[in-house]
Amino acid sequence: MSVLVFIEQREGRVRPVSREALGEATRLAASLGGPVVGVCAAPADPGLAALGAAGADKVLLAADPRYQWYDAEATTAAVVAAIESLKPDVVLFAASAMGKDLSPRVAARIGAGLASDCTALTVQGGSLAASRPVFAGKALQTVRFPRKPAMASLRPKVFATVTREGANAPVERLAVALDAAPSRARVTSVIAASGGKTDLTESEIIVSGGRGLKGPEHFDLVENLAAALGATVGASRAVVDAGWRPHADQVGQTGKTVSPKLYVAVGISGAIQHLAGMSSSRCIVAINKDPDAPIFKVADYGLVGDLFEVVPALTEAVQKLNAHV
Amino acid sequence: MIQVVCIKQVADTETRVKVAADGKSLDPQGVTWILNPYDEFAVEQALRVKEQLGAGEVIAISLGGAGVPTTLRSVLAMGADRAIHLKVDGPAPDSLQVARALAAEIGPLGPGLVWLGKQAVDDDAAQVGPMLAELLHLPCVTVVAAFELSGDQAKVEREIEGGREVALVTLPAVLTADKGLNEPRYASLKGIMAAKKKTIDEKPAALGEPNLEVVSLALPPSRSAGRIVGKGIEAVPELVRLLREEAKVI
Repeated sequence: MSVLVFIEQREGRVRPVSREALGEATRLAASLGGPVVGVCAAPADPGLAALGAAGADKVLLAADPRYQWYDAEATTAAVVAAIESLKPDVVLFAASAMGKDLSPRVAARIGAGLASDCTALTVQGGSLAASRPVFAGKALQTVRFPRKPAMASLRPKVFATVTREGANAPVERLAVALDAAPSRARVTSVIAASGGKTDLTESEIIVSGGRGLKGPEHFDLVENLAAALGATVGASRAVVDAGWRPHADQVGQTGKTVSPKLYVAVGISGAIQHLAGMSSSRCIVAINKDPDAPIFKVADYGLVGDLFEVVPALTEAVQKLNAHV
Repeated sequence: MIQVVCIKQVADTETRVKVAADGKSLDPQGVTWILNPYDEFAVEQALRVKEQLGAGEVIAISLGGAGVPTTLRSVLAMGADRAIHLKVDGPAPDSLQVARALAAEIGPLGPGLVWLGKQAVDDDAAQVGPMLAELLHLPCVTVVAAFELSGDQAKVEREIEGGREVALVTLPAVLTADKGLNEPRYASLKGIMAAKKKTIDEKPAALGEPNLEVVSLALPPSRSAGRIVGKGIEAVPELVRLLREEAKVI
C-alpha cells in the first residue's frame, strides 16, 4: 500500500510540479496507509533527500547519463522498474509536458488505467476516484479504476504542497536495464523561450489580450501591465489565429487551460471556447468597452471602458503600489 | 512510405455541454460534430510528407460510432488516400482501449509515420498517441510544433514549460501534432468529388477490457456573477483596492 510519485527534473533541478504531486500523495497516503515514494531519472542526484520536506518518505534514483535530457523510452523503463519493485496502489505524475508524454507510455506498458490532468483525487472505500475537467473545463468527469495501480497526472497549480520542516528522505539507487542502443527519439537541445518566460499553465498571474487591442503593435499595453503584476502574457484564439501572438500564448479549448490566482482579460469578449480555458481561475478581471460582453458574466471584477486608457492607468497604479511595498 | 493518421470526431468547440440522462456522457442532442482541431494539423503534415517524397499512401483511421464516416470523408477530401472506420457501439471506450484497437489495425500496415492530434478536445486525455507508440514498440514525440524529414530521420520541436525541446527521431515513429505545426489546407471541390470514390473500410473495433470506469459527468459549479467595478479610468483606483484588499491577489 504505497503511493509512487514521478519526480520530474530538468537540468539538475526538481520541478515545482513534482512537489505538488508529493503534497497530494501525502494526503492520499494518510487515507490509504503506506509510504510516499518518489522515483526520479537523472544523470546525477538533483538533491532528492530534500524532498523529505515535501512529503517523500523515500526516493528511488535511476542514475544514467541518458537522463541528461528527457528520454521517453528510458524514463518509462525507470518508472516501470519502480512500479514492479514497489507494487504501489497509486502512481502520480504532474500533467506537465514531460508527465503528459510519459504517463500514457507507462500505463500502456503495465496495462493500467490513467486519468489525465486531474484537479481532485479522493479515496472512497479504500480506492481512488479522480476528477478531471473535460471539454476544456466545460464539464467535470469523475473516474474510478477497476485494477491497481490507479494512475493519474495532476494539473499544475491545483494541488497544495506540504512542508515537513527539516525532514530528509533516504535516497536509494534503482537499477534499470536500459537498451544498449541509443533511444530512437532523443532530445538534442532545449531552446529557452525569450526572456525566460514562465509557462501559462504554471503562472500565478496571467494578463491576456484579445481582438480589442486592434493590432499586434498594441500588445505592449498588455506586456507592460503583465510586467507590473509579475504576470505571464496570454492571448485569445482570435489574435493567435490572426498571427499576432504565437500559439504557445493561447488560452482556451484549442490552447491552454489555466487556473492562476489572478486572470486579467483585456479586450477579450469571452467566446465559450476561451471561457472554458480560464474560468477555473481564482479571480478574474475583465476590461472591455462592451458592457454586454460575455466575459463579464464570469469576471469577479469588471471594468467597462476603453482599454487604451484603462490599461495604462492600471499599469501605473500597480507600479505605484509596488513602489510603496 | 505508408503513413497513418488517427483522427477523432468530436463536438464542436462552440458546443454548450449538456449531460446525458445516464449522468456520465455528453448529451448528443443538437451537437455539431467536427474533425478534432488538432487532427487537422496531423492530416496536413502527413499530406506534406507524401508530397515531399512524391510517393506513398496516407491512410486515415478513426474509431467511433455511426457518424464517423462523415468526418473520415472530409479527411479524404483533404487528400488522404483511403480510410478505415473501427466501429464502436455503446459507451465511449477509454484511451488504452482505443490505443489497443488502433494498434491491432495499424501494426500490420507497417507505417513509417503514425500521426495524431496532440489531444482530442472532448476528453482532453492526450493519451492515445504515446500509448499507441508503446503498443507498437515505436518511438514517439508528442506536441510537435515543427517537423523536418530527411531520410529515415526527422528533426522535430516540441513545446515544453519555458522553451522548446529539439529532438531527433528515427522512423518508424508516432508523432502527435500541436497547433502551429502547419497551416491545414481546405478541401478543394476536386478533392471533395474525388473523396466520394475513395474507400472507407468498416470493421468492428477490438476494444478489450475497460481500464477506467466513468462514474459521472457533471457541469462545473457556475461562477457567481461578479460585479462591474465602474467605467473608464475613474474606476481604476477602486479596482486596485479590491484586488489588494478583497481578493488579496496583488
